[in-house]
Order: sequence, then structure tokens, then C-alpha cells
Amino acid sequence: MRENTLPRLMYAAGPRPLSLAQHEEVFASPRSAGSLLEELEASGLTGRGGAAFPTARKARLIREQRGHNKFVVVNAMEGEPASHKDLTLLSTHPHLVLDGAEYLASIVGAQNIAVCVARDNPTVVNHVERALHERTRRSLRGPKLEMHTPPWRYVAGEESALVHWLDDNESLPQFRPTRPHVLRIGHAPVIVDNAETCANMGLIGRYGAAWFRGVGTANSPGSALVSVTGAVERPTVLEVALGTPLRVILKSASADPDPQALLLGGYGGSWLEGSHLDLGYCNEALAPQGVSTGAGVIVVLPRSACGIVETLRVVRWMANESARQCGPCAFGLPAIAEDLNHLAHPSRDPLSAHKQLEERLGQIDGHGACRHPDGVVRFVRSALVTFAEDFSRHANGLACAGSRANVHYLSVPHLEREEELIWE
Amino acid sequence: MGVRRRAGLFILQVNPILCDGFGHCGELAPELVKMDEWGYPIINPEPVPFTNTGAHESARYAERGCPRQALRIRKISDK
Repeated sequence: MRENTLPRLMYAAGPRPLSLAQHEEVFASPRSAGSLLEELEASGLTGRGGAAFPTARKARLIREQRGHNKFVVVNAMEGEPASHKDLTLLSTHPHLVLDGAEYLASIVGAQNIAVCVARDNPTVVNHVERALHERTRRSLRGPKLEMHTPPWRYVAGEESALVHWLDDNESLPQFRPTRPHVLRIGHAPVIVDNAETCANMGLIGRYGAAWFRGVGTANSPGSALVSVTGAVERPTVLEVALGTPLRVILKSASADPDPQALLLGGYGGSWLEGSHLDLGYCNEALAPQGVSTGAGVIVVLPRSACGIVETLRVVRWMANESARQCGPCAFGLPAIAEDLNHLAHPSRDPLSAHKQLEERLGQIDGHGACRHPDGVVRFVRSALVTFAEDFSRHANGLACAGSRANVHYLSVPHLEREEELIWE
Repeated sequence: MGVRRRAGLFILQVNPILCDGFGHCGELAPELVKMDEWGYPIINPEPVPFTNTGAHESARYAERGCPRQALRIRKISDK
């Protein structure tokens, strides 16, 4: 593959997934000479699943664990309703992901690779099944490959919930008293990596760290997949070099060039005002605004929409998606949704509703076992800042046109039990 | 209960999955635990020195008195 050009992850992507033979022809390069862990460390690859944790540090932590039956878990659960990148990747380059998983397995010394895909997407399950079959037919050496299909829930893609599923068939997040915490299946240490992270690892293993750093910025090297939805002609998954200005990304997705706001990161991410379009798409440029790239989601909100109503819909859905293990999440998120509803459709004193909302956000932040409630709190806080003007207009009873229109831009799956949000 | 003198800092830590909001910790260790509006504990995140015997003792009462066994006293190794 040529240097300093995109696409990389989407190179030679067609309508069908590449077979193993095609894959080896397209990415025809033997493994790079250096040791894999050193290459990974030099590449500066960070996790693409949301937390942007350095993959090399995670790999080193698991490598240092004892145990001869370690697991590499490829997380392609894609819990974010607005994200489509993992499924796109698996239905174009499944073998690139599996390559990366095998490289990771040889770094940490793992004997097992578990690819996790939500069972609700049978096409992708078929693609992965076929790819695994091709690999095991070619050679029985190397780590054991398996596919697992947990049911799709928002929190099922959280790493501890995923490991809990593999360990015990329960998609519930686990409590981790200290961090970093090594998750285990039985006694075996587990490294969980997003599918896109694995695909990047597959490229690093073949072409090396210097090649990987050819695009992107010094602190966030490489490229990333971005799912752009909302006010766009059609939802797309783009591959962009990290550090690309947001305006350029919106242009190539043929999105609304003058949006009211952007949602970055996912439904646990943050709103960014539409005036910040010249920022680069990478964590160090976005961090001053309190925003991160997260799981590679950009939702474009046009000026005609009402940010409060959109926020309310997402928070309602997120409250319903709580695993209901921890009190602050099970009771707090529906309460927040209720407060937002009072702010969006003022029926009683909106100022006190606002104050109560702020108070509750502080009570919930950081008090769950996983980051699900924290994500909702960050999302609501960013909405309070970004749509401050709209909130005061709504408080004065001047509901905007967007809140009455029945057009929504954030895709929210159907609520199972819309009427009973409170857990009994 | 004899109080051992120990150097270092501790925090009281709750496992939110186990916790069912009985509220005993708020009664037993009021200087460390506040309650949120649903009855779940909000524990002071600042590490407390073991030499603060009053706080340590009530933390131990809370740890033992929790019906769900959700509380632990964790020693912070200060750097």
C-alpha cells in the first residue's frame, strides 16, 4: 500500500467482503521485521471504541499477566445506534480485523480469539462466520477462533459486560474496584479491543509503525472511521485522517454545511456548537471544548431542529438501556429524562426544574459501576451549555418551531416500554 | 474494638452493583457518607488518614453493618 494516502482501512473495499485469498493479494506484504509490541508502541495507536486508551499499554498489561489461556476479544458489538463503522469494516475487510486480532494474540500470548458481533445483524454474522471458516480451513495452527453473538443492548458492548457474557452468559457490566483492572474469563486474562483497533493493528503488523504515522497528527496518528448521520444526504462511514478539520468531513459526507450543532463521540458524547467547524477531528484539538472523538460518531443537527427535544429523546432511550444494576443509574437517568421533559415542555417552574437537574447530574456522575450514567451526564451537561439560549427560550414558554415539527435527526431505536421508565 | 494505628490513607468504597440502598452506611458513618435522593450512598472521595480514628472507626462500622456487604475500606498507597 502506498504511503501517506487514504483509504487504508477501506482500501479496495467492495460491496462484498474480501475473501482470504483476495485479502492476501490486496494487502500483499509480509509481517514487518520489528517485534510486534515495539511496532505497536512506536505507532501510538489508541483504542477506537471510545476511551482512546493506548493499545500498547493495554497489551503490555495483559502480556505481563500470568496464564497460558489468555483471550483476545474483538468487540464489534456497535452499541451506539448512530455508529456503523464496525459493521462496515466487518462486511468489507473481515480478514484485516482477524489479522490484527492474531497479532494482538501473539503479543499478549493468547490462545483464544473471540469475535463478538451482535446477533441482531445476521448479514454481518454470516460474513464473520465465513471468514473464520476460511481461516480455520487454511490452517489449524495459531490461536483458536470463535464467534460469539450476544444480544444487542447499549451496555452489552461495554467491555466488562462483554467479558461477563463470555464468562457467564450475562451481558451486565462488572464492578471494577481498581483501575487498570484485568478482566478475566474464568481465570484467563482478557484483552478487549474494538474491531477498528484490531484492523489498525493488522495494518501496523504488516506495514510498520513509521508507515502508520504517515497520516494523522503527532499525538493522534493514523486514520479513523467516522459514521456521519443526521442532516446528511445519506448516512455514511468515512475514513478520515485524524486531525482533519470537521468542515472537510462534513463536506465529504455532503452534510449540512452550516449546522446548529454536532454530536461527537456517540450518545455518551458531547454536543459541539456549530461555530467550531474549523477544529481538527482528533482528541487534542477537541479536548479544550470538552469533546472527544469517542466511538467515531458525528451527528449533524441542522438549524431547524430543536436540540432540547433531540437530547430528551436520547436521554429517554439511554435511561431505558440502563442495565439497572446500580441505583444512581436505574433511578437517576429516568429522573433526568423527566427533568429534561419539564424543561422542553414547561409546565411548572422551569427555573427550579433546571436547578434540580443540575443537582441530580452531580449526584449521578461517577456513581455507577460502568461509565453508562457518566456518559449521559456528560451528554446532558454539554446540551445545557450548547443549547443554553434555547433552554431559556423554552423556559419563557417560547417553544421553538423545531420542537413542534415531527422530524428527528438522532436515530433512537424503538423503546421497549416507553410508558414505564422507572424500574420497579 | 481495638483501633490499630496504621500509617497511610484509606477510602471507603461502595460496590454500586451490590448496593441496594438500605442506607445503613449513612447512619453509621455520617462523616463519610451522604445520601442521594434515591437513598444510595455518595461517599466522600477524598482519602482519609488512618490516624483520623473517628472516621476510621465509623468506616469500619459501616463496612460491617452493610446488609449487602457492599462496602470495603481500601488502603491508598500514596506515592
